Amino acid sequence: MPSTSTARPNWLAGGLSAVWLVVVGVPILSMIVWGLTTEQAFRDAGPLAVPQVWTLGNVTEVIDRGFLDYYWNTAVVTVGSILLSLVLAVPAAYAIVRSKSWVAGASFRMFLLGLAIPAQAVIVPLYLIITEMGLYDTLIAVILPTVAFTLPLVILILSGALRDVPRDMYEAMTLDGAGSLRILLSAVVPMSRGSISAVCVFVGLTAWNSFIFPLIFIRDESKTMVTLGLREFQQEFAVDIPGLMMAVLLSAVPVFLLYVFARRWLIAGLAGVGGK
Amino acid sequence: MGYVLPAVVFFTVFAVVPLVLVVVLSFTSWPGFGDIRWTGLDNWERLIGDERVRESTGITLALTASTWLTQTPMAIAIGVWAAGRQRNRAVLSTIFFLPLLMSSAAIAVLFHRFLDPNYGMARDLGPLIGFPDGNILGTAHGAFLVIVFVSAWQWVPFHSLLYQAAARNVPTVLYDAATIDGAGRWDMFWRITLPQLRYTVVTSSVIMIVGSLITFETVLLITGGGPGGATRILPYLMYSAGFEAFEMGYASAIATVLVVVATAFSLLIVRFSGFTKMRSTLEGM
Repeated sequence: MPSTSTARPNWLAGGLSAVWLVVVGVPILSMIVWGLTTEQAFRDAGPLAVPQVWTLGNVTEVIDRGFLDYYWNTAVVTVGSILLSLVLAVPAAYAIVRSKSWVAGASFRMFLLGLAIPAQAVIVPLYLIITEMGLYDTLIAVILPTVAFTLPLVILILSGALRDVPRDMYEAMTLDGAGSLRILLSAVVPMSRGSISAVCVFVGLTAWNSFIFPLIFIRDESKTMVTLGLREFQQEFAVDIPGLMMAVLLSAVPVFLLYVFARRWLIAGLAGVGGK
Repeated sequence: MGYVLPAVVFFTVFAVVPLVLVVVLSFTSWPGFGDIRWTGLDNWERLIGDERVRESTGITLALTASTWLTQTPMAIAIGVWAAGRQRNRAVLSTIFFLPLLMSSAAIAVLFHRFLDPNYGMARDLGPLIGFPDGNILGTAHGAFLVIVFVSAWQWVPFHSLLYQAAARNVPTVLYDAATIDGAGRWDMFWRITLPQLRYTVVTSSVIMIVGSLITFETVLLITGGGPGGATRILPYLMYSAGFEAFEMGYASAIATVLVVVATAFSLLIVRFSGFTKMRSTLEGM
């Protein structure tokens, strides 16, 4: 039922939103326009005019400089992080919600406190641990800390969802002779689909965007990720602004496609991270 | 049930142990390879006397405050507006949320080029806002405002999304009742919408404040901490002490300060807002 009070125009919020539209729109539009022209045409037109020449040549240039490798490495880290965090967090959240033992309660409190640990701040000891484990300069060195530092929020989201599964259902299944693993896979996982996708979005985006872990733990340029590749390009493409803009644009394409084809899912996932 | 153990062990190795180690390493000297030497309180004595640390702490707190003051009103306004049911809002919201799709690194590289005084729009637009040569990044206050602006550009969409979701859940009967009582939109915002959004304000503020304390890529890629240290926030100072000067012990001391500040902030917000009382809807059944 549409309410009259929420349907009336809201000038103040509408005005601020219009300003924000320009603030967001102009940089994104400039990025696209600049990325699709040549260096010379960009220089002739200047930053505020529409260039005269249009080309897709920057795509080839960016790919020639190894962008596909960066994509591949980023995809490996993203998928690896999502899988590892689900394998660790789903059973843990289930135990935290179902188990009566003090271990489960204490673990939950530990994860709650863990929410406050800033990953950047412990980068020096992580560097020590990663090098001692012999993982320096591997993608695993990025996956492990990414999963660890998203784990508290992931467990919070999942255990919130599992608490809402009615207790009677667990008891009914136990009476029917289902083991805890079966309850977990055949009832808990399907019933908390919404939260599991929120978790995938959150961990996936964190991994996709990770910067400081690959910055510190990866040296070999062929093993680096898209974010670090952009930093490399920022230095290499010193005056070739269209080339750099195309690299920035390409770095966002996979997430952008996800937004176009699965917008509801992506937005619901992001909103789910903020909790109720 | 052993289901919780793998997650606990994993989290202990990669988060809890580093947290303890960062304090331990702050009493040592280590260049990043070879032996770690015990040096007692040396790093801490140096830290207390270090002008740069004091300056960095001030900049970090100023950045956090500016971030909160700019992003919270913007995010609430946009979130509440986008929660309306009109059709055009769905299309506009799609554009609003576009920055969410880009990484911090991509956004930083993008704005770094926009702000270039030779090629970017800063050249033409800078003079209009008080930078005649377009060199916004060359001045201390300009560079600071750039970091505040870029992080708002990046994060306002996410916080708007939280407020939008929460504003949609405000029961419409509350507004209908207020309309019958003759309340104006302004009154309704302060008396109905904002109180109903209070938990979201807490969640969003914690994420915003802790996030801004650890801003790193934006500073590294846009200003490099400059000019003259004007944007050298604590995480950046720690990074350059550890991985540019290879003084890992001293970097750990700075990191310890950062951990303490971040933890203090989140504990304060959580304590004063009753956040921990928020539980499942089925609690106690």
